[in-house]
Amino acid sequence: MRNIFNYIDRPSPIHDLTGATKLICLLLWTFAAMLTYDTRFLAALSVGGLLLFAVSKIRIRDVSFMLGFTVIFMVLNNVLVFLFSPLHGVTIYGTKHVLFTISSRYVVTAEQLFYHLNLVLKYLSTIPIVLLFVCTTNPSEFAASLNRIGVKYSIAYAVALALRYIPDVQRAYHEISQAQQARGIEMSRKQTLFKRLKSAGAILIPLIISSMDRIDTISNAMELRGFGKNKKRSWYMARPFRAADFASMAAGALLLVISIGLNIVNGGRFYNPFIS
Amino acid sequence: MKSSPVKTIVAVGIGAALFFVLGRFVAIPSPVPNTNISTQYGLLAFMAVMFGPVAGALIGFIGHTLIDFSYGWGIWWSWVIASACFGVIAGLAANRLRIEDGEFGTKGIITFNVFQVIGHVIAWGVIAPVLDILMYKEPANKVFMQGLVGGAANIVTTAIIGTLLCVAYAASRPKKGSLSRED
Repeated sequence: MRNIFNYIDRPSPIHDLTGATKLICLLLWTFAAMLTYDTRFLAALSVGGLLLFAVSKIRIRDVSFMLGFTVIFMVLNNVLVFLFSPLHGVTIYGTKHVLFTISSRYVVTAEQLFYHLNLVLKYLSTIPIVLLFVCTTNPSEFAASLNRIGVKYSIAYAVALALRYIPDVQRAYHEISQAQQARGIEMSRKQTLFKRLKSAGAILIPLIISSMDRIDTISNAMELRGFGKNKKRSWYMARPFRAADFASMAAGALLLVISIGLNIVNGGRFYNPFIS
Repeated sequence: MKSSPVKTIVAVGIGAALFFVLGRFVAIPSPVPNTNISTQYGLLAFMAVMFGPVAGALIGFIGHTLIDFSYGWGIWWSWVIASACFGVIAGLAANRLRIEDGEFGTKGIITFNVFQVIGHVIAWGVIAPVLDILMYKEPANKVFMQGLVGGAANIVTTAIIGTLLCVAYAASRPKKGSLSRED
């Protein structure tokens, strides 16, 4: 079964950082990118993300299938924004420079195009860093990192369980689906939507009833081993912080501060080149 | 249903794994882009009424975050939070239902569906679009449209798949009081 989270083990400075550091940096970076629509800052983040990507020795080929989804998502989102609100940029930036007219409703303005540029940059500034996190963080270390940044260990353990059982559930789903298809259930486009949903039910019911049994088995095993008795627990995959970890976290915090600062300087979420 | 805290943790873990697999591999595309007819909300509603609102919230939150991670497009926090909220609201029905005791009749079906409809309306009609506007400054009519289509599709799938799951699970449980002491 293919590793869905696409963890790629290759020696690089990024891989050497602890999972907790990468998680904190990811959160700081995504929040920094989310908070502002300052074009210059988003462009800098995009370039920075790509540089880090090069440092991590992850190749575009390794992530091409994930990139495919993202590009489709990004294009569709932009098209939808334009269809629903062709003058959104004008409302945001307060000026109107018409470039050309498609119809009475759909007017292409410089402001709208600039807003779309910002939307695209917003994706470009976060995608490399998320891919980087996914590709360089060992899933087993991820749960330990969550606990490290202050998430209750029972919840961190639930995440660990989810990651551990995703391949099992996937396999069970596949087996049940094949068995049901052998018995004549069809889920392809040829069926009506209602029939497809009913067929999905015929696969889900055995899957979920067997999962309920699995929950019983696992929780019994955990209770027998005294899970949840103590306030703290140790993690096999946890690693101590080193200088590089502190430096990365400081850099992440700095990005967030810059982002908040830009919101104050720009007097809002947007950087406006139309009014100077 | 009253269950041990350990069982709830395991239910969250397995529930999130199921949510992930359903959301990632069993999505049926709908005519509106970015919006799939997602079977995972039927599962989420079922798990929430079995294990309560806290489990529902965590399954929605963890499961949805993992799905976003696996696609690599970043985490769309507004929708993740909406999923978690749906889990909470569906979970509020937990105390009114006795699925674990094998009881899920007409009354149970109505209770379950009332809660899931309210949950979806609040999650996709209010929380997701409002957060989209606040966090991402997207045009209002676009996000409300996405929310409405997504929400309506989710209501239908949850009504069919969630109800089927509850009925099937209740039927697999021994009825409470099905054994009586021999005089």
